[in-house]
Amino acid sequence: MSATPLNRRQFLSAGAAGAAVAAAAPAAEAQGLVREPRAMPLDAVGLLYDSTQCIGCRACQVACKQVNGMEAEMPARYAGWNDGTWDTPTDLSGDTLTVIQVYQHGTMAVKDRETDGYAFIKRQCMHCTDASCVSVCPVSAMTKDPVTGIVSHHPDRCIGCRYCVLSCPFGVPRFQFDEAFGEVTKCQLCSNVPGQDIPACADVCPTGANLYGRTSDLQAEAERRLAKRPGEPHDYPRGTLYDDREPNHATIPVYRPEVYGERILGGTQCRVLAGVPFDDLGLPLDAPDFSYAAMTEGIQHTLYKYMIGPVALLGGLLYFARRNAVRHRSEDWD
Amino acid sequence: MPEERAGREQETYARPEAIGDLDGHRGSLGGLKRRDFLKVCTGIAATLGLSPALGVRIANAATAPGRPPVIWLSGQACTGCTETLLRSYHPTLETLILDQISLDYHETLCAGSGAQAEAVKRQTMEERRGEYLLVIDGAIPTKDGGVYCMVAGETFLDSVRHAAEGAAAIIAIGSCSSWGGIPSSGPNPTGARAAHEVLPDHTVVNIPGCPPSPYNFLSTVLHFLTFNSLPALDSKNRPRFAYGRLIHENCERRPHFDAGRFAREFGDVGHRQGWCLYHLGCKGPETYANCPSLGFNDAGEGSWPVGTGHPCFGCSEQGVGFTKSLHSLATLETVTPPTAFPRVVEDSGGGVTPASAAIVAGVGGAALGAGAVLASRLARHGQPLDEAPPAEPPKTDGL
Repeated sequence: MSATPLNRRQFLSAGAAGAAVAAAAPAAEAQGLVREPRAMPLDAVGLLYDSTQCIGCRACQVACKQVNGMEAEMPARYAGWNDGTWDTPTDLSGDTLTVIQVYQHGTMAVKDRETDGYAFIKRQCMHCTDASCVSVCPVSAMTKDPVTGIVSHHPDRCIGCRYCVLSCPFGVPRFQFDEAFGEVTKCQLCSNVPGQDIPACADVCPTGANLYGRTSDLQAEAERRLAKRPGEPHDYPRGTLYDDREPNHATIPVYRPEVYGERILGGTQCRVLAGVPFDDLGLPLDAPDFSYAAMTEGIQHTLYKYMIGPVALLGGLLYFARRNAVRHRSEDWD
Repeated sequence: MPEERAGREQETYARPEAIGDLDGHRGSLGGLKRRDFLKVCTGIAATLGLSPALGVRIANAATAPGRPPVIWLSGQACTGCTETLLRSYHPTLETLILDQISLDYHETLCAGSGAQAEAVKRQTMEERRGEYLLVIDGAIPTKDGGVYCMVAGETFLDSVRHAAEGAAAIIAIGSCSSWGGIPSSGPNPTGARAAHEVLPDHTVVNIPGCPPSPYNFLSTVLHFLTFNSLPALDSKNRPRFAYGRLIHENCERRPHFDAGRFAREFGDVGHRQGWCLYHLGCKGPETYANCPSLGFNDAGEGSWPVGTGHPCFGCSEQGVGFTKSLHSLATLETVTPPTAFPRVVEDSGGGVTPASAAIVAGVGGAALGAGAVLASRLARHGQPLDEAPPAEPPKTDGL
């Protein structure tokens, strides 16, 4: 398995800091090395995942596997009770595009409480506004749709370098290491599934914890929830914001007063609401408000500007090589 | 055969009891053969979660002379709880009320009526004071002095209080007497209350349900007859053997919930396939009862709401049944924390152990040594071919 998101993040931030020091630049936001952040398309779509409404039934996980035709996973740690009946992936993988994980603390008595509680988190591609995986892909196998903003992967262009796997701050793209001809896989909001109008995970969610829609509308819905007081009734739409399904008549829980994905890392098209701190759920909080891609691309584009850097480097190498070659020749033949 | 079996069990269990004179008086076995009767009693022991050997004790107690009198009072009720008892088969109701207990007063079932019936009730309450079992079904109206339910010129509130004074044990059968049921639902114009609310000084065993499984009641009664004590109760005074678990935990459709397969509309593909009914508003995840493991009417599984394809509506649970809307989603009462879910940060691998470090170091060292030997041999082989031998052996840094 690849490194955990935390390690990757530390790795990336350490690398970025090193590069910044080497270039003798001040803080990264102070520009120079940060290219202009990409803007979200107007009709960008995404998911709103509400951890407080999730009951952990894993209908999303099952539906995702079905529509994407992926194999069930049965890790050894569940072999004691799962003899092949249930699909029980522990993390995203080449065969798992979304997974429900749980935050646990102490006695785990109360849901959505940080101390002695537990909370669910659905992991899948966040569809970043300024996606690292798209930025780092050397062959344009990772693309971001200019209209919907969906980040898609094209296996026929992919050379299998797995740079996208390393670059993602959420640890989303995964490689099928167990296949002879493995591919990189990631959630594409079911845009890759014929006949699937909305993502299967949002389609099957019984409580409306997974909601599909335009990101701007999802943000408005999330803010409606945050504006209400705990205990107030709220109709949680099911599936999408735009059809006439019966909503889930529930009450507002105690929310963290923030919509995850609004600003962090340049913003994501998928947003998250929760009752426990987001970093407990594996969502990084100590990340900048711009994409790592904006910084790395900024550094790279500065170094390679008008090819001055590479030409100077190559010229210097040539000079030293030639000087040494001349000296050796005179030593040998004299 | 029964004697042999009981003999074997006597060796196994600590407190054996010989089978008594079961058919000592006519009709004591309710028309059953001795063997079948013992089977029934063993079944009751199993329902109660007791050792099968105790079935013998139940059999002896159920056929003992001097049957305990029972006074059954009905208030704001629909007679559903009596109906459910009429459909019990082990023991049948007639066996119970004629041979095992002495049902001295029950407005639906007693043969006498009017002043005659009331006289029997008064007689039992006086002569068998401290011995009789009081069963209450129906909620108790308390508003305006309880005038909304009067029997024989006495408010139901008063008759319950009087009967409770001399009762050996009090059982509230059905949701109405257990927590208020339908009559107590808003706007509750009669001030309907549960039995335990109007009898705060007494222990009232609650057997909620609308109606409850008759065996939850019969098993409680027979436990009382056999051991002269009540079965273990939970915090809401419900027998633990029947109300200790959520419906969700034992539901026959539970695997569909765990696999995320939900019926989303009545008659859709999932509904026809028998998938989980949570999406349709099933209250199994917040309702404590043994419906999925026991069923109703001795007809096997399928004879309870979820078995027929209708979501459980939580009839036995206060604040759920008759309170929450039928098709709104249940709140999940997760009794045990969800340990079957992967954690946010999952352990992968055990890190570096001394053994693995030693193996890696050993393999690396061997490779280095082999490389050095190979390089020096290459150098020696090359000697005759070169005009001038190199002053130093080739470096092996490249490894």
